[in-house]
Amino acid sequence: MASAAHIVSPEDSSAPPPAESVVVRFAGDSGDGMQLTGGQFTLSTALAGNDLATFPDFPAEIRAPQGTTFGVSAFQINFGSTEVETAGDAPDVLIAMNPAALKVNVASLKDGGLIIADEGEFGSRNLAKAGYETNPLTDGSLARWQVMHLNISQLTLDAVKPFGLGNKEALRCKNMWTLGLALWMFDRSRDPIIAWLKAKFAKAPVLAEANIAALNAGHAYGETAELAGPLKQHHVGAAPAEPGLYRTVTGAEAISLGLVAGAQLADLPMFFGGYPITPASAILHHLSRLKEYRVTTFQAEDEIAAICSAIGASYAGQLGVTSSSGPGIALKGEAMGLAIMTELPLVIVNSQRGGPSTGLPTKTEQSDLYQAVYGRNGDAPMPVIAARSPADAFDCAIEACRIAIEFMTPVMLLTDGYIANAAEPWRVPDMSGYTPFPARFLAEAPEGGFKPYARDARLARPWVKPGTPGLLHRIGGIEKANGTGNIDYSPANHQLMTDLRHDKVMGIAAHIPEQAVTLGAAGGKLAVVGWGSTYGPIHQAVRRQRMRGRDVHHIHIRHIWPLPANLGTLLRSYDRILVPEMNTGQFKTVLRDQYLVDARPLNKVSGQPFRIAEIEAAIEREFDAI
Amino acid sequence: MNDMTPVAKTSIKDWETDQEVRWCPGCGDYAILKAVQRTMPELGVRPENVVFVSGIGCSSRFPYYMETYGFHTIHGRAPAIATGVKLANPALDVWIITGDGDALSIGGNHTMHLLRRNLDCQILLFNNEIYGLTKGQYSPTSRVGTRSPSTPYGSVDRPASACSFALGSGARFVARGIDVHKKLPDVLKAAHAHKGASFVEIFQNCIVYNDEVFSAFTEKAKAAVNQIWLEDGEPMLFANGSMGLALNRQELRLEVVAVEDGDWEAAGVIRHDQTNKGIAQMLIDMEVERGFPVALGVIYNHPRPTFERAVAEQNRAAAENKTPDLQKLVAKGQTWMVDKQPHEI
Repeated sequence: MASAAHIVSPEDSSAPPPAESVVVRFAGDSGDGMQLTGGQFTLSTALAGNDLATFPDFPAEIRAPQGTTFGVSAFQINFGSTEVETAGDAPDVLIAMNPAALKVNVASLKDGGLIIADEGEFGSRNLAKAGYETNPLTDGSLARWQVMHLNISQLTLDAVKPFGLGNKEALRCKNMWTLGLALWMFDRSRDPIIAWLKAKFAKAPVLAEANIAALNAGHAYGETAELAGPLKQHHVGAAPAEPGLYRTVTGAEAISLGLVAGAQLADLPMFFGGYPITPASAILHHLSRLKEYRVTTFQAEDEIAAICSAIGASYAGQLGVTSSSGPGIALKGEAMGLAIMTELPLVIVNSQRGGPSTGLPTKTEQSDLYQAVYGRNGDAPMPVIAARSPADAFDCAIEACRIAIEFMTPVMLLTDGYIANAAEPWRVPDMSGYTPFPARFLAEAPEGGFKPYARDARLARPWVKPGTPGLLHRIGGIEKANGTGNIDYSPANHQLMTDLRHDKVMGIAAHIPEQAVTLGAAGGKLAVVGWGSTYGPIHQAVRRQRMRGRDVHHIHIRHIWPLPANLGTLLRSYDRILVPEMNTGQFKTVLRDQYLVDARPLNKVSGQPFRIAEIEAAIEREFDAI
Repeated sequence: MNDMTPVAKTSIKDWETDQEVRWCPGCGDYAILKAVQRTMPELGVRPENVVFVSGIGCSSRFPYYMETYGFHTIHGRAPAIATGVKLANPALDVWIITGDGDALSIGGNHTMHLLRRNLDCQILLFNNEIYGLTKGQYSPTSRVGTRSPSTPYGSVDRPASACSFALGSGARFVARGIDVHKKLPDVLKAAHAHKGASFVEIFQNCIVYNDEVFSAFTEKAKAAVNQIWLEDGEPMLFANGSMGLALNRQELRLEVVAVEDGDWEAAGVIRHDQTNKGIAQMLIDMEVERGFPVALGVIYNHPRPTFERAVAEQNRAAAENKTPDLQKLVAKGQTWMVDKQPHEI
């Protein structure tokens, strides 16, 4: 992926499909440390110069009963020597730490793919827990695939024996043994992992040494064991990328950094009010460590207090920010209306997850679009921006800050569980390339007297910090007279204020970039229109279909509300419009409503991202219908 | 505000806005507004450094009538908004205006957490034991049997005690006043002088929906016998000194005792110690129906460090010796260089 990491030229876009990319899925029990293993493998892969995309897929329960299928935690990584934009449709390699992990994940493995299983965990008890009547490693049911079964548990115990750990602690090193083997398979360096283990276990050097021993043993196993058959070393070359300094970044990190950058570009201290909720909490965690950037974080008593404290801070002259996921966003709804009514800047980050209600806390979905655009009482227009990838989230967060401050309005930034957790390479941005948008506070009454609801050319009202002499005034959620801000619910004034709030937000369209065609050109047979984290699969699907000569184009939209000014004209330049979404068709409905175009839906709400093949199939169906 | 800067004297007029006050004629809120406006010039603060934050309800229109900064927010959320204001600018003098429904029902959670955190602010809870703005439904402080549009046969649930709730939430300053009582400004001054969350319950008469609900102790004829105004360090006397409160040390409860010829010590009357939380709870629990006077004035005042100071101090300490450098921040962690020429595959 990595929009930031690649130059996508027309030639590039019609290049052959990735010559060498590999999808590996690590799967085990929740307690097996699969997310950690995957994260470290990702780091090592990024350092090898591959492009990559990851997909952490874990249960909502912290420690589901051991050995059960619903306790399986998996981490998928797709890495390659060309552009990688999705975590991959089907794994080439599945590493299964127990029978349940095999059972849950094997169906998605490519035909002929490789299974590496820890046979030490395939005892009758674990087989029964996973619902196997016979041992799949030996009963021939895995004949479609290549199977390597090693007793990873025993090999790990042997490797860490010198350190005198208890059996339970020793077995915890299994994931490092497995990681060592995976690193060997793909010719990855162990050095960054060893450095990380030393730092992580600085206070318990024996654990550091034991884990390193397990890592080395796994690596050595691959190198020295006389392995026949499938287990052989792959080398995946580095991917071509725009020159520069790179790092990996998750969406949650990128948003946190983008918010800090946004506040700095506005020359404002930031106040972040949050309440723990999956998958949004990581933003609170990141920001709480950045106090030297004039960031105050406040873990509030609930979601409502989180947004209200941020509104209070904005009122007092800081950049108020709050963050949550769908259920928490619902609780914040009334307070968003207050920020709209009092016309105060505010950034609301929504890391979407499966819904409704508690829904699927750890799974991804895009089903809060209506909630973002329409989900408040009254006519309550609010700008909405959607990030398409972890790296893109950085720029989107800055853009959200800019709009909030320049237009004195709350802004919602949409991401989702996939973006928040997934990692990708990110070309470190040159911060001098960003234009500052310093916040302006009214310090004294203008000529003609001070009016708290006077408006500038953008229809924004002045921002006045309490503490400023001579500009004392009162604001509130009750309807205010334009100009004076006195309570006024006369019919004409409410009409005027409703129109002004609407015009102010819709006017933002003149201050955002026109919509570009992400891949392809304006005009043609089919446009595939997406928003948010469907970017990767849509892009790859369109690219593959274009290579087959189909007149198909990809348009990916960042500014969900207001929509870019040219979007209607652009959409009408195609015969057909397909809108893939991880919901039941929300953005499709918005497009139909706004432009009276025949946008057609492609919907998926399984908690899993789209596969490239699913979108390709939908594109083919559209062409069959033409 | 900077304590070192001398503050120019203000008068009551400096604290009045040009807005028409829109409470019902005879509402207790008028008296409270006047008491607050009369108190402000005596606090040594500038109007521009004062912020009144309110929720929703009759009381919450209050900020529109104060010539200060003001924020009329949403139902129950004033404490949360005030927390953001104070954390963003600890120099501001923050007052929260709320009611029994606003602070104890829809906003009970925020009230509790603001008090336990000890944010430096004044909370004035106008308790009229009724929902006024929504036309007279019973409230969380209404007595059992209150007949209202939503409880035509009388309410059956037990009321919350505002001050007991505050004390239980960890409030370090709990006081009571009466809307029309001349001592209300003294209570407000004490609340302002306390650094931390100062909780003041003001008995406020709703002339339309709950008239005379407090008459058992506010009526002129009964005031002396049924009100006790507490003064720190002074004997707890009422009824013009003819009665007092003694501590029954066997049963650990307060008792009303008669005082002969002013000899309160002989009667066993104890002095008010405003830092004694146990006695504060007993004072709060006193009811006229059980033969006690209602405790008024400063019931509990035992300061400890405030929330916004702790936050500011931690922010400062965590930032110490660190130079913010955005470019370095975005490049943090393990990085790698991609050469000028793309790799050949």
